[in-house]
Amino acid sequence: MENSKNTFHENPKSSLEKVLDIISTMASKPSGFIGLAILIFHVALAITSPWFAPYDYKAINPTLMLNAPSSEFWFGTDSLGRDVFTRTILGGRTALTITFFGSIIALLWGGLLGIFCGLVGGRIDDVVMRIVDAFLSIPWILAMLLIVSLLGTTTQVLIPALGFFYGKGIVRVARAATHDVIAKDFIISAKARGHSNLSIIWNEILPNVRDAILVEGAMRWSWMLLGFSSLSFLGFGVSPPTPDWGLMISNARGLMSFAWWAVIAPIVGLSSLIIGINLTADAFAKALGIDRSTKAPV
Amino acid sequence: MNTNIQEIKDLCIGFKSQKGEQISILRNITTNIRKGETVGIVGESGSGKSTLALAMMGYIKHGLFTTGGECLFKSKDLLSLNNKELEDIRGRKIAMIPQNAGQALTPNLKIGYQIEEALKLHTDFNKVEREKKISELLNQVRLPSPSIMALRYPHELSGGQQQRVAVAMALAGNPELLLLDEPTTGLDVTTQAHVLELLKDIAKETGTSMVYVSHDLGAIAQVCDRVIVMYAGEIVLEGPVRKILKEPIHPYTYGLLKSIPKLSLSGLPDSMPGSQPQPGNIGSGCSFYDRCNFSSDECKVKVPELEYLSDIDTSVRCFNHSELISKTSEQKITNDLKNKITIDEILDLKDVSISYAKQGIIDQFLNKVTDTNPTVKDINININKGETIALVGESGSGKSTILKSIAGLLKTKDGYIKFDKEKLLSGDLKKRNSEDLRSIQLIFQNPDESLNPNHTVEQILSQPLKLYFGLTGSKLKTSIAELLEKVRLGAFYMSRYPRQLSGGEKQRIAVARAFAARPDIILCDEVTSALDVSVQAAVLDLLQKLKEELGTTYVFVSHDLAVVKAISDRVAVLYQGRLCEIGPSKDVYQFPSHPYTEVLIGAVLEPDPDIRPKLVAEDIVEEKPPEIGCSFQGRCPRIIGDKCRNETPPWQIGDNGNAIRCHINIEELKIQQS
Ligand SMILES: Nc1ncnc2c1ncn2[C@@H]1O[C@H](COP(=O)(O)OP(=O)(O)OP(=O)(O)O)[C@@H](O)[C@H]1O
Ligand code: SF4
Ligand code: SF4
Ligand SMILES: [Mg+2]
Repeated sequence: MENSKNTFHENPKSSLEKVLDIISTMASKPSGFIGLAILIFHVALAITSPWFAPYDYKAINPTLMLNAPSSEFWFGTDSLGRDVFTRTILGGRTALTITFFGSIIALLWGGLLGIFCGLVGGRIDDVVMRIVDAFLSIPWILAMLLIVSLLGTTTQVLIPALGFFYGKGIVRVARAATHDVIAKDFIISAKARGHSNLSIIWNEILPNVRDAILVEGAMRWSWMLLGFSSLSFLGFGVSPPTPDWGLMISNARGLMSFAWWAVIAPIVGLSSLIIGINLTADAFAKALGIDRSTKAPV
Repeated sequence: MNTNIQEIKDLCIGFKSQKGEQISILRNITTNIRKGETVGIVGESGSGKSTLALAMMGYIKHGLFTTGGECLFKSKDLLSLNNKELEDIRGRKIAMIPQNAGQALTPNLKIGYQIEEALKLHTDFNKVEREKKISELLNQVRLPSPSIMALRYPHELSGGQQQRVAVAMALAGNPELLLLDEPTTGLDVTTQAHVLELLKDIAKETGTSMVYVSHDLGAIAQVCDRVIVMYAGEIVLEGPVRKILKEPIHPYTYGLLKSIPKLSLSGLPDSMPGSQPQPGNIGSGCSFYDRCNFSSDECKVKVPELEYLSDIDTSVRCFNHSELISKTSEQKITNDLKNKITIDEILDLKDVSISYAKQGIIDQFLNKVTDTNPTVKDINININKGETIALVGESGSGKSTILKSIAGLLKTKDGYIKFDKEKLLSGDLKKRNSEDLRSIQLIFQNPDESLNPNHTVEQILSQPLKLYFGLTGSKLKTSIAELLEKVRLGAFYMSRYPRQLSGGEKQRIAVARAFAARPDIILCDEVTSALDVSVQAAVLDLLQKLKEELGTTYVFVSHDLAVVKAISDRVAVLYQGRLCEIGPSKDVYQFPSHPYTEVLIGAVLEPDPDIRPKLVAEDIVEEKPPEIGCSFQGRCPRIIGDKCRNETPPWQIGDNGNAIRCHINIEELKIQQS
């Protein structure tokens, strides 16, 4: 590992440059490029769709029930005569928003608890992890159903509830990553210098576990999206008439044999978004040098 | 003896960089391995020696590919064989012992079973024959009572014994060529000497050809007939071991040998400037040009060819090798230590005992440690200002434990540690005040572990400066630049991450971080053992210069007796957490000394094939120190019976001022050891 004089002419990089670097590495592989493109497309669509949606998503028109796709209604109409195209381009908005914030909550509590457990170790760690494991073994969908039926299906309930259930996995990853760095000499060195625990977490541990946690968070986002859509499908997510893919699939699935258009569009929307997030998370992991199969930096 | 078992012709191995350029890491390697011969491959880390050894068994690491040449094993080109054909050769005709092979044994399977698996894979023996072969193999690697050994699990063996089992497994298929990659690195000095002895015997008994990859010239000198020296992916020198190590005619080897501290010399060895170029960064001329003391203008623009000199049976890649012919690697000049030691005590360890035993609940409550046989016991050392005191001993002798308790990372069970004559240092880090914390700094063995990989050099160095002196802004920047200058690095290093530094540079940053606190005492824990010899010499030199300038006191822990001799004023020898001997370093290395010191000195491997280690004691490792009597009783070659087993030996002061803790009268020791 020698002769640095001729090897590295790199100038210090600003954080922005680093982020751009990572993104360009991600986009340099076909799978990463496709994933990013899909994700960006969906986010852009979710942000801009209200301005160019051709029809009113809630306008019911009995005369236009279950029309096949045409130049007027690109994706046809549903059983209430609403434009499927309009409802499809708007249908990801709620899901994306709720799961995005849900993921952030999952990242925050999962990451912090994981780092804490990894740091203190011993009995406290054992006990906390037992509790987390116990929660992991409850079928989340049952628990979610219980929560929303008790507290309602408002955003204020859904975001923290999803964030809570999907944060458990992050606890494990954060704890494992912390365990890996905690034994390193640079931590001991910081302790011996007399730095406070908080400064050790912030300066020494966080930069070394951040990547692993972020990747896990990105992965959880796609799962959470699927989970949220399942809730909607079951009628516990978004309340009608707000357009939502899960709900749209649920409403139109009985008519699939003769009005396939009403169900195909939301299915494509939902699955492409999940695949997009998945591919992006994978490319993100690779760009950061994290092997997802072992969840440890390679 | 003249038939070649392996012939390597013009082998080139490289990889594609991210930009798509082809970068070679082995360039035009041509060499032969003869039947029954042991060949050493030496070179700094990154010189390509492991890559070459792997290619010798037809294995190219993932991401690498051959760009030319061939590697013939008995006239078959290994690099063009398919997997099936290679399987027939690997393990059977060519076997490999990778680094740490002993530790890589499957933990939950018995030794005998693991060897049997190797036999099943590599031979056609039936059950009975296998049984017989297992005990034969265990015998061959000198493991006591093979039938019992076969039933043990790996963790029930010592490090040296595990390594022997790995050797036995490699021998299972009766290989004609045995490749060993750093087979003794990481073992204790005494263990290392024993394993090398074993390998030599096996080579003699079985006539197996061996290729021995190591960065340690001392080990190479003991086992090899011929040596290949690699630098930046090329062979720069190749010839008989005696010629290479005693009259090296390549400037790199010449400098390398000079940078190794030796027991016969006092003071620091000469260091070699600079570092090895990275693959892809080799200039148009000789790859050693930047560091060479013998270079001429030609060297800068022309690449020297490997030239065979038939009169000395040596190949050399250097234009000016004839200049070196008259020079031998004998060292005379020494850079003596100029430490200003004042008889002014800065650190006093009094009756210190340290225990790792888990406390019971009641003891925890009473804040009491009850352990009649603690890991470290009865340590009495006082250290003067400006002195370098070294702690030596094998692994597990408690060296790092003592350092940790001085640093406040471990509580002492009994005794106390006093700083600056009056300040009692608390065993609890949280109870030490900022001033005491600042005064004592630590440097660790492995800079890869001790520097946060996600911090730039600037961030790393600013931590102590902010913490202890509250520096910010331009003041902070200036201080960091000053520190870098102190450790001979330019200010442009500030923005680098540890991964962008070489091993030696990383360790310099670790040194700078310790000095940033302007400490009175620096605790150095094996600070050079992760470094290549040429880098080691430079880091030792730096540490010495800094201390001469600033009057810092060092407590220097190392297992390398030659390094310790070079840098320390005083040496304390530890066995199983108990002091055996302490005194001025020149006297500790002379007889009479404690029987354990004698064993340690005897096991030191000098890079000279004519100096053989003296193996006086067994290389068994003890789990725990004995409860009563002398700590060394289990392995002492001079033990005098029950007295040693039952009574703690007394301290005796020799003529030279070294104190020895042994029941044998010091005059008697002198006679026995002369
Ligand atoms: N898969 C790889 N891709 C790119 N470069 C590699 C790869 N493997 C090894 N190298 C580089 O090839 C060079 C030689 O590596 P090698 O492992 O053979 O060195 P070595 O002399 O055995 O060093 P050490 O003493 O550290 O084991 C190094 O510069 C290393 O960084
Ligand atoms: S060729 Fe020149 S630069 Fe290279 S080792 Fe020989 S003298 Fe030094
Ligand atoms: S006291 Fe006995 S056992 Fe200990 S070193 Fe002396 S002779 Fe050996
Ligand atoms: Mg190697």
